[in-house]
Amino acid sequence: MQARVVATGSAAAREEVRRALTGRRADWRSVVFHGVLLLTLLVALVVLLVLLADVARAAIPVLQERGGEFVSSGTSSLPVRAGIKQGLIGSAFLMLFVAVLSFPLGIGAAVYMEEYAKDTGFTRFVNTNIRNLAGVPAIVYGILGLALFVGLLGDVVGPGSVAGRSLLAGGLTISIMVLPIIIITTQEALRAVPRSIREGGFGVGATRWEVIRSHVLPNAAPGILTGTVLSMARALGETAPLIMVGAVTGFFVAQGGPGEQLQERFTSMPTLIFAWTKKPQPEFQDLAAAAILVLILAVFLVNLAAILLRNRYERRW
Amino acid sequence: MAQASIERGGLTLEDLGGNRKRHRKERVVRRVFLTAALLSIAISVAIVASLAGGTIDYLSKVEFSQMLVMDWFPRRNEFGLPAILAGTLVVSLIAMVVAAPLGLGAALYLSEFAKSRSRRMLKPILETLASVPSVVMGFFALRFISPDIVQKLFGGAEFFNFLAAGIGVGLLVTPLVASVAEDAMHAVPSGLREASFGLGAKLRTTSLKIVVPAAVSGITAALILGISRAIGETMIVAIAAGGTGGSGFNLDPLRGGQTMTAAITSLATGSDRAAGSGAAVPSLYFVGMLLFFMTLGLNLFSERFVRRVRRRY
Repeated sequence: MQARVVATGSAAAREEVRRALTGRRADWRSVVFHGVLLLTLLVALVVLLVLLADVARAAIPVLQERGGEFVSSGTSSLPVRAGIKQGLIGSAFLMLFVAVLSFPLGIGAAVYMEEYAKDTGFTRFVNTNIRNLAGVPAIVYGILGLALFVGLLGDVVGPGSVAGRSLLAGGLTISIMVLPIIIITTQEALRAVPRSIREGGFGVGATRWEVIRSHVLPNAAPGILTGTVLSMARALGETAPLIMVGAVTGFFVAQGGPGEQLQERFTSMPTLIFAWTKKPQPEFQDLAAAAILVLILAVFLVNLAAILLRNRYERRW
Repeated sequence: MAQASIERGGLTLEDLGGNRKRHRKERVVRRVFLTAALLSIAISVAIVASLAGGTIDYLSKVEFSQMLVMDWFPRRNEFGLPAILAGTLVVSLIAMVVAAPLGLGAALYLSEFAKSRSRRMLKPILETLASVPSVVMGFFALRFISPDIVQKLFGGAEFFNFLAAGIGVGLLVTPLVASVAEDAMHAVPSGLREASFGLGAKLRTTSLKIVVPAAVSGITAALILGISRAIGETMIVAIAAGGTGGSGFNLDPLRGGQTMTAAITSLATGSDRAAGSGAAVPSLYFVGMLLFFMTLGLNLFSERFVRRVRRRY
């Protein structure tokens, strides 16, 4: 090899070293391996695109023909008259339940576990328990709702003809189901706040709650918010527990004001889709596709919000 | 009061301790948060309690030998557990055949190969896939995967089949496997990688021979978690695998059948809820209990694994 002078640190030197080490050959096996790995990720993208295209193909004619009327009509046995109004209302109510019940409880539990509890056997037991709850299949939560709210508390949550199969029972069930997810994501957000922030608060004589309120929670807020927004998306798309608790898969007429509706029969977007998917008439398949397009756009929007939120506020300490 | 003693120059411990009202508030807040945390235990107890009643009812009505027949048609008094266990097994197996390579490949790419910019663009794709509601994936499996992929590839496939349902479940589980596995790979200290690079190893060799073995317990945990999720997935199988009302024993992925979760939903949605033997509705609780303990076992197991990988470095 002939001696050559190349300034160290220059791009030319780097290239020289690289060539000497790789022997000037492109490493095809590495390239293929790299490509295969990238492909596994792109499969996810392709699936999403095909799914959207497939749904849209069946959905767009329906939405074009029915337009706003599809959104404003209720359930019906006739495909030309069936709409998603009650599904939308039901889903909105369910998300409201999660926001009102699960957020405060979940965040409270997480604050206790991270900020107050000492590392004892009991604390570890509670933590393991929460993690397990997050892994319990959704349908088992449905059975819980069926036994507890419909069976045991049926007279309270839905007296009269609905026999406990009310929106209240569904909302409580979904809230219990997403609670562990909210606790876990909030715990992670709290853990990411460095000790020094807390110590600053204690240093000026604040009590623990004052430190949490003024220092810890504001700093953990973006993480908590992201987690809770994702759990909303989960609540929006969940079906199995609602079917158990008796979300209506047929047709019904919703009556009364919002207060009375809580104790009435209900349906939700995913339940409606499930019901339409199972109907023999082909028109209902297209209706299901149209409802899916609406649902999926809602879920994606909620998710997008979470991702943007995280990217916007993500902070490294 | 505190102000006065400071002015006189004598600051006591009592002054620093703050006033009594603040302390009382502190105790109240603490108790409220504790109650919220204890609620999680109450939920676990409620789950087991709500499953227990029906399960006992079922066990008192159905002989053990009745559960060993081959067919599961609870309304016809046939409680053959092999049928729904086989369905669950076949669907979970297919799901993992899809999710394991896709999830682990994506995890390895994101953790070792992707630059931070492409990572920020690629990761949301996985997260979006994770957010697809399971009814939507069920519809997709029934309306697209089954007729346009499974039936085109395999001539004899039925419209409702395990293969389409399994692929759907696998696609839904993939992001979970990817995310847990990526965490494990990310936790491998970069010193190990640098040592490998220093010896002249390529990125491919380093990631396969250093990172993957070092993260193997986390990767295993990811797969176990995926299996647990696949076993518990309901809507896709309820929509795409068929078997409404019950099913015979079937291991053929090109035919349909019933899984444990789908068996529960079809019992709950059936219009002839009251018909059949008295044990049909209690059987729903029994299957739920089985499902609960199967996934609980898997979750505990994978939790142990994750803790082990964290402790090592």
